[in-house]
Amino acid sequence: MGENVQDKIIRIIAEQAVLEPEDVTMTSTLEDLGIDSLGLVESIFAIEEAFDISVPFNANQPDESDFDISSVAAIVKAVEGLVAEQHGT
Amino acid sequence: MRRVVITGQGTINALGRDVPTTLDAFREGRCGIGPLDLRDVDRLSVKIGGQVKDYDPEALFNRQQIALYDRFTQFTLIAAHQALDGAGLNFSGDLAARTGVVLGTAGGGVNTWDENYRSVYEEGKNRVHPFVVPKLMNNAAASHVSMEWNLRGPSFSVATACASSNHAMGLAFQLIRGGGADVMVTGGSEAMLSFGGVKAWEGLRVMSKDACRPFSANRNGMVQGEGAAVFLFEEYEHARARGADILAEIVGFAMTSDAADIVMPSQQGAARAIIGALRDAKLNPDEVGYINAHGTGTAANDKVECAAVAHAFGAHADDLMISSTKSMHGHLIGGTGAVELLACIMALRDGVISPTIGYEEPDPECALDVVPNEAREAEVSAVLSNAFAFGGMNAVLALRAAP
Repeated sequence: MGENVQDKIIRIIAEQAVLEPEDVTMTSTLEDLGIDSLGLVESIFAIEEAFDISVPFNANQPDESDFDISSVAAIVKAVEGLVAEQHGT
Repeated sequence: MRRVVITGQGTINALGRDVPTTLDAFREGRCGIGPLDLRDVDRLSVKIGGQVKDYDPEALFNRQQIALYDRFTQFTLIAAHQALDGAGLNFSGDLAARTGVVLGTAGGGVNTWDENYRSVYEEGKNRVHPFVVPKLMNNAAASHVSMEWNLRGPSFSVATACASSNHAMGLAFQLIRGGGADVMVTGGSEAMLSFGGVKAWEGLRVMSKDACRPFSANRNGMVQGEGAAVFLFEEYEHARARGADILAEIVGFAMTSDAADIVMPSQQGAARAIIGALRDAKLNPDEVGYINAHGTGTAANDKVECAAVAHAFGAHADDLMISSTKSMHGHLIGGTGAVELLACIMALRDGVISPTIGYEEPDPECALDVVPNEAREAEVSAVLSNAFAFGGMNAVLALRAAP
């Protein structure tokens, strides 16, 4: 394994933002990293594929989603929650 | 300048199998959106749509026809029969040569692609039916209409996603106005409600799982529909000379491109198309009483569209009515502008403005008269129909009451 949830998510987001993983910090917002709405939808897809989870997210209501995308740290926390919920670990 | 009028109309969609039933639904504010009935629906996360239910192609077409007609072609032919049968036109000689077909569809034979991919990939078959290509091609519907009625003039299909039908009808209008044809069969069709067709849309995360609520603050996305509407466009003197029943006049058309983003709409691109259609029609903004909105029910479209209308019309934006019938029939993608033109003609002819149903909460970013939930009686002499497609391609039609 080696790569934990945080590392995986940083790798996915860095790839989307065309940055090095070192340039993505836990406090970064997607906006800071230059990821637009289309990039966000693509990142969520990559996260779903990487963790084999389903992320509840409607682009029409990003603020009302249970999936918090306000920062990289928030995304990591949300994904950890979904992995635990959907894979029962 | 040659004038262009509408002398026939037909449709099949989630609200009804013909024009009178569809217009009744518009008047009643009836919703045609419901649970999808299609193979593997349990594997979809979006399970609703504006589907043509209890549809039995074998009751309408023979076996040879079904082998060649994808569902989108079937819908087209059903609507075209209504528009053309009883129009009193006999397509032979010069009239046949001066009549063409321009139809919009975004996906063409989506069900045919879907079924045959399933067959070769999932079921591992190494052979498909010989007519797969002529069945799925986007121009199949236009071709079959030309063959059915012997229409030998300019014919083609137009694919500009959600603006396909408006582009098709606008080009048909320009062909007649410019002298390239005297009569055009035009409109559009879509049959994308298959497992693959819905799954593709799910990916974008712009779909609602419960309802299409255009302009409402609690809107949460679009809902797909299916069906067709087909119209007979005719040069005015030609129609008058034969005493045709004129439903409305097409007076203007404009197309613009945002040249910006592949999915996000642009207020400027939409406003330029609206203003362009008004200019082409030589309409003063204050003559327009009703706009059939693109109104998809997504967060982005509805606020951008309202801002574009406010910009194009200035103070008059507060006096006109704008509604989205997608709340009732769903978004027919490449066929949507055609079905929505029915609401424009009804407004001009019958003085009934179709409502935006499912409207629950005002949105300050959509602060126009969206005719919430109930149809309204109002005399209007000129109307617009908006279509703003993915890819930033915008097409707006302007109509007046029959001369």
